[in-house]
Formats: sequence, C-alpha cells, structure tokens
Amino acid sequence: MDLFEHQAKELFADYGIPVPRGIVAHTVEEVRSAATELTGRVVVKAQVKTGGRGKAGGVKVADDAADAVAKAEAILGMDIKGHTVHKVLVEEASAIAEEYYFSFLLDRANRTFLAICSASGGMDIEEVAHTSPDKVAKVPVSALTGVDRAKAREIAVAGGLPEKALDGAAELIEKLWCCFVDEDASLVEVNPMILAADGQVKALDGKVTLDDNAAFRQADHEALADKAAEDPLEAKAKEKDLNYVKLDGNVGIIGNGAGLVMSTLDVVAYAGEAFPGKPSPANFLDIGGGASAEVMAAGLEIILSDPSVKSIFVNVFGGITACDAVANGIVSAFKLLESRGEAVTHPLVVRLDGNNAQLGRQILADAALPRVELVDTMDEAAKRAAELAAVGA
Amino acid sequence: MAIWLTENSKIIVQGMTGGEGTKHTRRMLASGAKVVGGVNARKAGTTHEGLPVFGTVQEAMEATGADVSVVFVPPKFTKDAVKEAIDAEIPLCVVITEGVPVHDSTEFWAYAVAKGNKTRIIGPNCPGIASPGASNAGIIPADITTAGRIGLVSKSGTLTYQLMYELRDFGFSTAVGIGGDPVIGTTHIDALQAFQEDPGTDAIVMIGEIGGDAEERAAAYIEQHVTKPVVAYVAGFTAPEGKTMGHAGAIVSGSAGTAQAKKEALEKVGVRVGKTPSETARLMREIMQSR
Repeated sequence: MDLFEHQAKELFADYGIPVPRGIVAHTVEEVRSAATELTGRVVVKAQVKTGGRGKAGGVKVADDAADAVAKAEAILGMDIKGHTVHKVLVEEASAIAEEYYFSFLLDRANRTFLAICSASGGMDIEEVAHTSPDKVAKVPVSALTGVDRAKAREIAVAGGLPEKALDGAAELIEKLWCCFVDEDASLVEVNPMILAADGQVKALDGKVTLDDNAAFRQADHEALADKAAEDPLEAKAKEKDLNYVKLDGNVGIIGNGAGLVMSTLDVVAYAGEAFPGKPSPANFLDIGGGASAEVMAAGLEIILSDPSVKSIFVNVFGGITACDAVANGIVSAFKLLESRGEAVTHPLVVRLDGNNAQLGRQILADAALPRVELVDTMDEAAKRAAELAAVGA
Repeated sequence: MAIWLTENSKIIVQGMTGGEGTKHTRRMLASGAKVVGGVNARKAGTTHEGLPVFGTVQEAMEATGADVSVVFVPPKFTKDAVKEAIDAEIPLCVVITEGVPVHDSTEFWAYAVAKGNKTRIIGPNCPGIASPGASNAGIIPADITTAGRIGLVSKSGTLTYQLMYELRDFGFSTAVGIGGDPVIGTTHIDALQAFQEDPGTDAIVMIGEIGGDAEERAAAYIEQHVTKPVVAYVAGFTAPEGKTMGHAGAIVSGSAGTAQAKKEALEKVGVRVGKTPSETARLMREIMQSR
C-alpha cells in the first residue's frame, strides 16, 4: 500500500523526524482556514499517489490565505497522470538552503535493503541518477545489523552531503530507518530532504510503501487505506477475501494460482485481437488452491456484478484441487446464485485440466447448465470466451 | 538424476501438525517421499500421521538423519522457523508459507548468508520442489508427470503444473517452484546452474512473471554459462502498471519489470520464449524430439 504525502509525513513525525507544519484540506474553504492558521507563506500540494506533481503544476507557493485559495482552486480537481486531486496539503513554506535526496528501499536483486543518498536532491533525481550516477550513493544495509547513528552518518557522507548538514542528516536517517523497519515498509523516500536556512535538516516530502503481508502485526495500517479511491468491485472482493483486480475489458476471468491467472489474461487478450471490438479481460481473479463452491460462487458473483462483463472464462488446472471439486463448485455456485434470484445469464467457458479432469468435465456435462461450454485447451477456451464477448458486445 | 532432491532425501515438516502441514505430509508420503518426522515445540514427543514429532529441527535431524525441511508454519512464525533450520544447518529448507512479510524474508536470507550459506532456501510462497519418481518436498502434485530429462524452474505454482502436464510424455528430472515474492532464497540462476551441471537434465524450461529483474539476470547468466537448450515463458504481458497481480512480487513499476523487457532479454541470448504456456510446451517438445 502506497501512502499519501501527508500520511507519510504524519508517520515520519511519529518517529521524531522534522517535517513542516501542515494541514490537509479538501475544499477551498478548508484551504483558507488552514492557510490562515499557518500564517505567512504556505505551499499548496496536491495529494495524489504518483510522482511528478511539481512538474504537473500540482505544487504551488502562496503568499497569503487569499493567494492559497486561488492556487487551491486550480489544483483541486486537477488530473495528474490519471489521478484526480481530491485533497491538498497546506504547509508552512520552508526557507530552503539546500536540497538532498534520501531513501531506504528493498533491493530485490541483492535480497537486501538499500540506502540511496545524494546531495543533488529535488525533482530531477532520476535524471541525476541517469547522467551522473557517481553523485548518487547506493549503500547496502543488512537486515541483521540495520542503521545506527554512525552508519547513518557514513551514508550521508557517501551521498556527498556537506559537513554542515551531516549531524542533522544522520539523525534524520537513523529515525527514518526505525520507521522503515517498525512500520514494515518496503520504501521510505524523502525528496527533498532539505537543509533549512536555520540549519535544521527536514523532510520536505515523503513517500512510503507499506507491506500488505505485514498486516497481521500492523493493526494501524488498515486505517491508512484510501477506501474512497478503491474500485467498488475490488472493495467487495476484498471483503470476501478474494484476490481480485479490476481491469478494463469485458471477459470475466476466474482461475487458480496467480501465475496461471496472469497467463490467462495474456492468452485472452491475444485471442481477442482477432475479434471485433477486441475483447480483453475484465478482471484478474485468483481463487487459489481450494476452489470450494462458496469461493466459486463468491467469485462468480463479483464478476457478474461487473456490468462490462459479456462472457466468463473459468480456467483451472487441478493440481492440489481436484477438477471434480471445481466442477461441483461451479454447479453449486449456479444453484446458489439462482436461489438468490441472481441466475447466471452470461456465457461461461470452462477449461479443466489436471487432477480428475475427466470426472470434472463429466459432472459439468451431466449438470447441463445453461450457457456453459467445456473447451479442452486453454488457448481454444480463451478464443471461445473472446468470441462470445465479441458477439455479446 | 535430479537436482537438490533425490530418492534418498529424508524430509521433516516444520508445522506438520497444522492443517496444511497434515494434508501435505499425507500427500508427500503417498507419493513415496521419505518423510521421517515433524517439528513442533509444543508437541515434541508425540506422533502425528505415524511420524515422530520433535521439539527442534536440530533434534529431528539428529534422530532421523533428515536433510530436507519443508515449512508450513503460519507467516508470523515463519522467520523463526527458517532461522531455526539455518541454525541446524539442514542442507535444504523449502518454505511453502504464503504471506511472509518482506522484512522477515530479507532477514532470514541475511541470516543464512551470515551463517555461511549452509542451508539452501527455496521460497517463501512457493509450491516446493519435486523430482518425479524420486521425491517430493512441498505441494507439487506428484502424479502429473513421470521421471524424465527436462528441468523446470518457475515463479508460479499452477504454471509449473500446467507445463509439467503438457510435457508429461517426456517427464522431468526436477521441477523447482521458487515462488513469486520480492525476496526469495533460490533464484532462477541457482536452478539454471544446477540443471546445467546435472547429467540427468537435457533441457530446461524457465517460467517467469512480471516484477523485478530476475529474468533479465537469468538471461545474462544463460548467455555466459548455460549450454543446454532453454525455453521460457513469461506471464503478465497485459498486466497494467502499478497493480499487484496476486504474487507480492508481481508488479510493474514504471518501465521496470515488464514482461516484454524480460522476453526481449531472454530472446537476445537465444532462449525461445513461448507466447502461451502451450506454445512454450510445443517449443520444448521440438527440442526433445530433435535429440
């Protein structure tokens, strides 16, 4: 889960990291009162979970409350890389002497953590990393030894930070490491980390990615989720513990195993290219190993409530799960949905292979469910599902 | 022949007494794998599924001569379970558990390295390793295929099964599911190296998916070190940026981790990449038939 800047900064503040005073505002009225409370020059910053806000015009300095309102009027509702701005952070303007870059992140390739530090901070850090990689220090950090004040200072020195900033930077980096570990983050980024005119080192921006797998020991994290922005179908699926991602197409997909479902999306998209309107997957849905009737019903229910779906492709390879159990799951799901008055009216293409596939196919054939078609191979079944979606479209 | 797991491998199960542990211990035994005991500190001294339960991995190894551990314990206990296996210096530790926090997997990996890499870790969040006809450590269904001379390494469980099924008439030396998490113990490269050195393996199937750059690094390794034919499949060509596709590691961020980049890197070093799992099987079939 990615956090908004204001959430990241609130988290930083909990760890004693200096951040500018700021207030979140959703309307121009809220902006006016926030700017009035903060007094003096303020910065109005769009709160969207994407980079490049500054370049897109989503970050503006305002001289006073009236100016802040004018700036906020332009920013609220703005679209930045497909993200609509619903709220802004109104923050006291900082007197910046110098801008640096700092982050802790997971280095997948080397299976360790990495500190990245540079004296050349600000908006163009990617550019700096590309053109002058020697100006960006990448220091591996062991999960076993972590970062103490001395290590933090070593990283700041490696990043080329000047002497006058070292004490403040080392303190900030050490605290940021605590935040990174204690919050189970896979990324904490401060860009820019500034040396203020008064000599203090502060986090002027914040980007944090939290590890969803750690939810069992991070009870506070659920409250940070952006429920309003969640796709309603994804939210519904989450309640049912389904691994579902909404996509743009019209072929509903149900499969078992993340890799197989990802592969199913590809195969359906390829097959769709041959048909009018180019049908493509409407969703990713992995029902996992034990495809019970309840899970199958819950999955079908979510997919059927997606108005863009024209056909459904159930693609199961029976490994641990036996295909007869999956077939029984489909039959029961149809009955269950029918009993609720939500009978399945979409065409459903089923491909069963692997463990007890023959038995599973027989069960489906015997049940003679309306609009259910059995196809032997994944490629052919994908083609049929795409064709049916094209006809229905 | 096989890599890492043979008919002589003696397996213990950490978390054997739990639901998943019990189910898969039965399945492993039924497939003929030599499961010799389990580990659960609270149930030490009892028997479960006819097998002795030990308090620690160390005790289990001393009593049974076990050289493989399969971990089914829940995510919150996984880090400690794996570190215990590392402390006992068991040669192979297969971590099936899904949903392990990445700080935990990064820590147990660092711990394994600090202890001199005496324990090979496979996973977490993986289906395990199977050497058909010889042994089976994890949850890969044993009866999909027979023993043969194809080696397989994959990030995905069900795609592993799919390819094993499509190529069942040729059979497999070993299939290794390395898992789809951002941090994993055994990598594509480790498996490629072992298959290259294994006299029982003639050709290799490699299955990747979006996220990270493991496939690109594997391509560079293949160019330098692998002379046996390799065919590959990469899942997730149509996955949108920024959405995690099931596996914690399967996410395209910016220009990094796309399936297209992985395919191009592999094809550049002479690896044939199938567009679908079936086409991938077909490419491998051609290689095996021409031998």
